[in-house]
This record gives sequence, structure tokens and C-alpha cells, in this order.
Amino acid sequence: MDWQAIWLTARLASLVSVILLVISLPLAHWLTFSRRRWTFLIESLVSLPLVLPPTVLGFYLLMAMGSRSPLGRWWMEWTGHPLAFTFEGLVVASVLYSLPFAVQPIATAFALVDPSLREASATLGASGLRTFARVTLPLSIEGVIAGLVLSFAHTVGEFGIVLMVGGNLPGITRTVSISIYDRVQALEYQQANQTALVLLAFALLVLTAVYGLRRRPWAAAPIA
Amino acid sequence: MTLDVTVNKRLGPGFTLDVALIAPPGITMLFGASGSGKTTLLRCIAGLTRPDEGRLVIGDRVLFDAKDGIDVPVQDRHVGYVFQQAALFPHMSLRDNIGYGLHRLGADERQARVATIAESFRISEILDRPPAQVSGGERQRAALARALVTEPSLLLLDEPLSALDQTIRSRIMDDLRRANEARRIPMLYVTHSHHEVYTLGQQAVVIDTGRVIARGTPHEVLDRPEQSVLANLAGFENVFDATVVERRERAGTMECRIEGTPTELEVPLNSAAVGASTRIAIRAGDILVGNEEPRGLSARNVLRGRLTDVSAHGPTMVAVVEAGARFIVHLTPSGVESLHLKPGDHVWLIVKTYSCRIVADTPWHS
Repeated sequence: MDWQAIWLTARLASLVSVILLVISLPLAHWLTFSRRRWTFLIESLVSLPLVLPPTVLGFYLLMAMGSRSPLGRWWMEWTGHPLAFTFEGLVVASVLYSLPFAVQPIATAFALVDPSLREASATLGASGLRTFARVTLPLSIEGVIAGLVLSFAHTVGEFGIVLMVGGNLPGITRTVSISIYDRVQALEYQQANQTALVLLAFALLVLTAVYGLRRRPWAAAPIA
Repeated sequence: MTLDVTVNKRLGPGFTLDVALIAPPGITMLFGASGSGKTTLLRCIAGLTRPDEGRLVIGDRVLFDAKDGIDVPVQDRHVGYVFQQAALFPHMSLRDNIGYGLHRLGADERQARVATIAESFRISEILDRPPAQVSGGERQRAALARALVTEPSLLLLDEPLSALDQTIRSRIMDDLRRANEARRIPMLYVTHSHHEVYTLGQQAVVIDTGRVIARGTPHEVLDRPEQSVLANLAGFENVFDATVVERRERAGTMECRIEGTPTELEVPLNSAAVGASTRIAIRAGDILVGNEEPRGLSARNVLRGRLTDVSAHGPTMVAVVEAGARFIVHLTPSGVESLHLKPGDHVWLIVKTYSCRIVADTPWHS
């Protein structure tokens, strides 16, 4: 069993989920409620990783992180080491790759909140931020949890983009899925199977918990 | 505190909301068919929809002025809004709902105010329940309390009682009337029910296709509808096109023939000449039905007809009678029973001259 890879993956996925939550709440809010006509452009940009092969995204990210790109140079000057083939590089790549899995469920949940509730909140003197914190967010909590779980699980399962951007450095970028691939390449089926089983059990556990704990929608009974 | 508003908002091709309105403290009924622009007017006043042109002043506060670029955001307007479906926050108890707008007050003060207003709206016992666990009427009372507890300078009500049944409705109307007496603020109440206009309104404003077509006291506006649009809205179920066939100046009446029929009605005299077309409106509740020919009546209009349909609409029996023209008549269930009325029966309709109102068919603008 590759405990090092499991620990690394858990750290990566947790960090990515938290960062995605922080990014996705305002982004989903903007995408759902903005009246600007070009929101669809941002929408397609956010959703790009859904259709793009991970290797394509990984390739461009690798180029962007290289020492010849402005991003790569800026990172190099700031931290003293390159971004590619590091844990930080993996975090950046995973955030971009899992972005639609966080934004979409959250945006859908926001859109399902009865607009008259937000309007009622505003007529009662609440600022936009208070309306978000007290009305929109609590009523979308299922979508937010779904977004968190999906981005965590998606990060745990990614392979192509990790290989492109992170390579296969034990303790730094070797995640569980890379580790399994590695063992299979080395014909160590026994070890591959052990790690794979851990992943399978984890996935089942997460999904069971999410579906089992899912609360009924908040919707009030129709006025009698 | 008085509301003074002019709003101009294009709502679609050929449909513009164009309304000027002054509402003094008290309840002003905004009356009109659905789609007439009433709700949009409320939304513009609340700041939920932006008018294309116009100006909005409450007391001495200018909340919107298209020319000066003033547009006070919704949350700073101090305008209460009661939605058709209450719009209570489903994840909060009624107590937290009602206290929601008091977040700038301390907890003690907030609780005290919530308790006081809950008392006056008779919901003290259920304050800790979520909206899903109280009745529709209780929800709407909580919504009224939530809007009023913030002491708004204006209260907007968008058909707040339309989803409730009659008994609950009239009790909440009593609550609202009391709330109105205790506060010197204008309340704009949107409705398409003429019953509500009569029972609640001190002033009525009628809106049709985005324009004000009549204003005055409820009785002025609804009892003598001067246009057929209004006649329909005001519950005049029978509206007939007719031609004046004879003027009886001394009797103060004239005889009119309903268009396309031999049926004639005697109506109050007005300035229409013989041969002029006119329009007659009669309330379904103002027509009497007999199952034999009546004698010794003062009513001038006695028409023979055939009953084609009787059906119950709530507590009212609605009868359709073919008497040359098609008449809608409202009866009580016991009336229908005592006359043994059934479709196919020959009946007589009795209509007093002064139950026939002459209405104009072109809207006028005031």
C-alpha cells in the first residue's frame, strides 16, 4: 500500500476543494445573477475542462508554468523554484481542472432560490452581502456541499493532468492514481490492487454519505 | 407622508407602463386585470425594477429621478413589500423572519418589537415554527408583520390575499385595516378583486394596459363604471352593445335594443340620441329570476328566457339565461332550490331600470 501517495492525494484534494469553494462562491454568484450579456463567455471558459482532454489542458499549463512564460518567471522570482513538477503546480492545475465541478452545482443551486426571497431580503434593508449570507447561501447549501464533494472526488481521481504537470515524484506529485499506474507498469498487481481498493472504498463512502445525508429541499408547502 | 410617483417603463412591443399617482396616507387600491402593469408599478416603486423615465418621492425623500440620475437602492428605500406568496424565508422560524429587517437593533429591542407586532397579528403562539408548518393565512400575516415591523415609510402589497379563502381573507383584511389606522403611511394594495377594493380601499386607482383609467373612492369608481373595461373588472358580468331606440325624457329613461337581438331594455336616460350605439352593464347579482310571469312589479324590464346552465361557484349559483341575449345571473343555492331551476326551464328575468348602467367603450384618461 502506498500510504505516501494516499496522504499526498488527501492533502491535494482538501486544499483544492477549499480553494475552489472560495473561488466558486463569488464566481457562481456572478454567473447566476449578473445581467451582463457576455457572462456566457466566462461560462464556457469555466466549463472548458469538462470537454477538453486532460492532456491538452495539462500541456498548456505546463507551457504556462515553464520558465519562458511570464507566469513561470514570476513564480520563479517570487519563490525561487519553478512551478512545474511541484506540489504547488499540481494545486494550480487541479483548481483549474476541477473548477466546473465546483461552479456548476453551486450556480444551479443559486438559480433555484426563489428570486422573491432575495427581493424580500433587499426590501427589508439587507445589503447584497447580507442577502447572500443569510438567504442565498443557506438555501443553496446542498449545491455547495455537492460542489465541494465533487471537486474533492474529481481531484482524487485525476490522472492525465497530474502526469503532464506534476510528473511522478514520490511525496511531491505522485498521487494515488499515478501510484496505481506505476505499480501496474511494474507488474506489481498485488500492490496496485490494494491502493485501488482503498480508492474504491473511499469513493463509495463519500457518495453514500452525500446521498444518505442529503436533506429534503427547503421549499415551503404551497399556500393552502 | 405622501407618495408621489410618475413611472414610464416599456414592457414590450406596444405596451408601456405610463402612470402618475399620488397616494396619501391610507390604503390605495390599485385595481386592474392581470397583465395590466400593476405589479410592475409596485416593483418600480420598491426599486426592484428600474423605470425608463420618472420620479418617485415619498414625503420629502426623492428615491428615484431619471433626470437627476437618482436611484436609491432597494435596501435603502424603507419601502415595505408584501409578496403574493408571502416570500417568507423557509429556513427561518417566523420569529427570525419577522426580526430579519431589524438587524441593526440590539437583540433585546428586536425581540421586544417582534413580540409586539406578533401579538397584533395574532401569531405569538406560532413564532418558533418554520413557514412550512403554519397555514397560508398565518404565513401571510407573518409577511405583513415582517414588512410593518421595520416601520417603512410606504407599504406595497401585491395581491397578498389572492391565494387565501374568503373567511381567512376577511380576517386578515381586518388586521390590515387596524394596522393602517395605527400608521400614517401610504399603502398601495394591488388586487384584481373588486370585493377587496370595496372592503379595504379608501382610494381606488384603476389601471388598464399600463395606464390609469379611473380614480376616486371605491364606490365612485366601481358603482358607476364609465367604461366597459372597468365594468368587467368591477364585477359587471353582463355587458351588452345596444342601440338607443326611444328616448322618454319625462320618465327619465330610454329604451335600448341589445345589438343583434330583439331584446329591449329600459335604462336611465343619458345624452345619447335615438339610433346611437351605447353599452349597457348589469351586475349578475342585480337580476331577479322567476319561474312564472311576474305581475304587479315596479321593475320595467321583464324578459322571457330559457335557462341553459346552472353551476355552483363557491357559495354562488351562476345561471346562464338566453333571453335574446345571454344573461349571467347570480343566485343563492336556496333560490335555485325553491324555484326548482334546471337547464331547459323557461324563466323570467327582472331587471330594474337603475340596475342598468350605461358605459362608454373608449377608455378616457384622467
